[in-house]
Amino acid sequence: MPETLIALYVFVLACFIGYWVIWGVTPSLHTPLVALTNAISGIVIVGALLVTGLQEASFTAEIIGFFAVLLASINVFGGFLVTNRMLSMFKKKKR
Amino acid sequence: MEISANTQAIAYLVSAVLFIFALKGLTHPSSARRGNYYGMAGMVLAVLATLSGGEVQSYGFIIAGIVAGGFIGAVLASRVAMTDMPQLVAALHSFVGMAAVLVAIGTFINRAASDTLNAVLMGELSAGIVIGAITFTGSVVAFGKLQGLISGQPVRFTGQHTLNALIAIATVLLAVHFALTGAIWSLVLMTLLAFILGLTLIIPIGGADMPVIISMLNSYSGWAAAATGFTLGNNLLIIVGALVGFSGAILSFIMCKAMNRSIINVVFGGFGSESGGGESSAGAVAAEKGVKSAAVEDAIYWMEDANRVIIIPGYGMAVAQAQHALKEMMELLEARGVEMKFAIHPVAGRMPGHMNVLLAEADIPYENVLEMDEINSEFPSTDVALVVGANDVVNPAAKEDSSSPIYGMPIIEAGKARQVYFLKRSMRPGYSGVDNLLFYQDNTSLIFGDAKETIEKMVTALKGGGH
Repeated sequence: MPETLIALYVFVLACFIGYWVIWGVTPSLHTPLVALTNAISGIVIVGALLVTGLQEASFTAEIIGFFAVLLASINVFGGFLVTNRMLSMFKKKKR
Repeated sequence: MEISANTQAIAYLVSAVLFIFALKGLTHPSSARRGNYYGMAGMVLAVLATLSGGEVQSYGFIIAGIVAGGFIGAVLASRVAMTDMPQLVAALHSFVGMAAVLVAIGTFINRAASDTLNAVLMGELSAGIVIGAITFTGSVVAFGKLQGLISGQPVRFTGQHTLNALIAIATVLLAVHFALTGAIWSLVLMTLLAFILGLTLIIPIGGADMPVIISMLNSYSGWAAAATGFTLGNNLLIIVGALVGFSGAILSFIMCKAMNRSIINVVFGGFGSESGGGESSAGAVAAEKGVKSAAVEDAIYWMEDANRVIIIPGYGMAVAQAQHALKEMMELLEARGVEMKFAIHPVAGRMPGHMNVLLAEADIPYENVLEMDEINSEFPSTDVALVVGANDVVNPAAKEDSSSPIYGMPIIEAGKARQVYFLKRSMRPGYSGVDNLLFYQDNTSLIFGDAKETIEKMVTALKGGGH
């Protein structure tokens, strides 16, 4: 099976996981959900690292890669930290 | 230390599972923070596995990028006010979009240099660039609208949809041409058109539809990550992209359903025409229309002796920053034995779940905050419904008037409570531009003024022993 087809298998199955998992999220946490997905979509940093760190990468590619790493890092750090900040506010009733 | 490709693949798999657990954690507030830590762990693992995989050989630019980006991200996350959360989210969406575009272009340059380009790869690259570019400019427009940098009014002109369709078709044709021939000019032109398309797609959507726009762009950012995964043949990116893509898609669906509109209608329809009423003579206009206005003391009189009071917050509460005063009022009334609850409509605020975060910020326990479907049955046995900065979401016209533009929209049934008090600044209608039938109901009174000041007056009155 060609690689692209395997990727398609993975993609379609992951879509189903996404569907089931996301419907389980409680509506009161929809804003943290959006922030958390912001953070994990920062996973494009993996692509950015591969572009930037390639031994044969030209200077142009390295500069482009640098900005990709920068933007993805803002997402990763900003997303996880703000999610954490929000979730720490959700408290139970004090008894 | 260099790890083998197989070890790296296993690490990516573990990372993907951690991300799934992260999202799963959000099933309940009590498990949510642990979920977030799973997500962080997944990200650290993915980055380490990539860096030690052997493909990455130089680290200077990478370290610089992570340090600078990490610093900016940490500052943004710690400084942002909870009312401005939608803006931060829009900004982060735009960064994912731009990063996807840059990764695709960088990959193209690297692969061109090593002469390993092929049609499939270039097709995947094009998808990454197009989706990423649309996400970027679309999110920039959304940010501008939220921040008030550009008008929140829908911008429309004749031939708009035709223009969008033509740009979309041209973009796709250029992508196909690029994939087949590798012509640089088609790559450049395709990228430019995709940036323009993001702009023209979002600009016609009104500010009132922000929760849908935010959700949609959330979805796009996921698909952009997935497309990047296809380009790089990286299953982790594909999985995460699919998870995020579906998250945004489901949120869009929930938001649309809560407005009884189809996604097509939101994207293409013209909603959110704000007909501006004067603020000056709110009381006079109200009297003319047969609306009762009440004093703070009247509301206090009813609430003090109530068994149950339900507060319905809307975006107006966020604008007035009234949530902290509400919390104080809640405690004073609870001390008098009143059961206090909050009712949240899915599209209240500027993004999904916005009200819940603002109330949590004010230390209001999440058990007191209920969703529309959970609480609607309680209104007939509720003494006072207090509407703070909400409007359309309690309008009975949605149920009773089939000619109303909001007909069919599920509403919070505040009108069924014994007494309804609206905190309002003026008689201006809500975003839909529709007059609120609830204003004219016998059991409804309006209290004019800034929501925060009004609540503070209530707090003072309650502290003074009330009546």
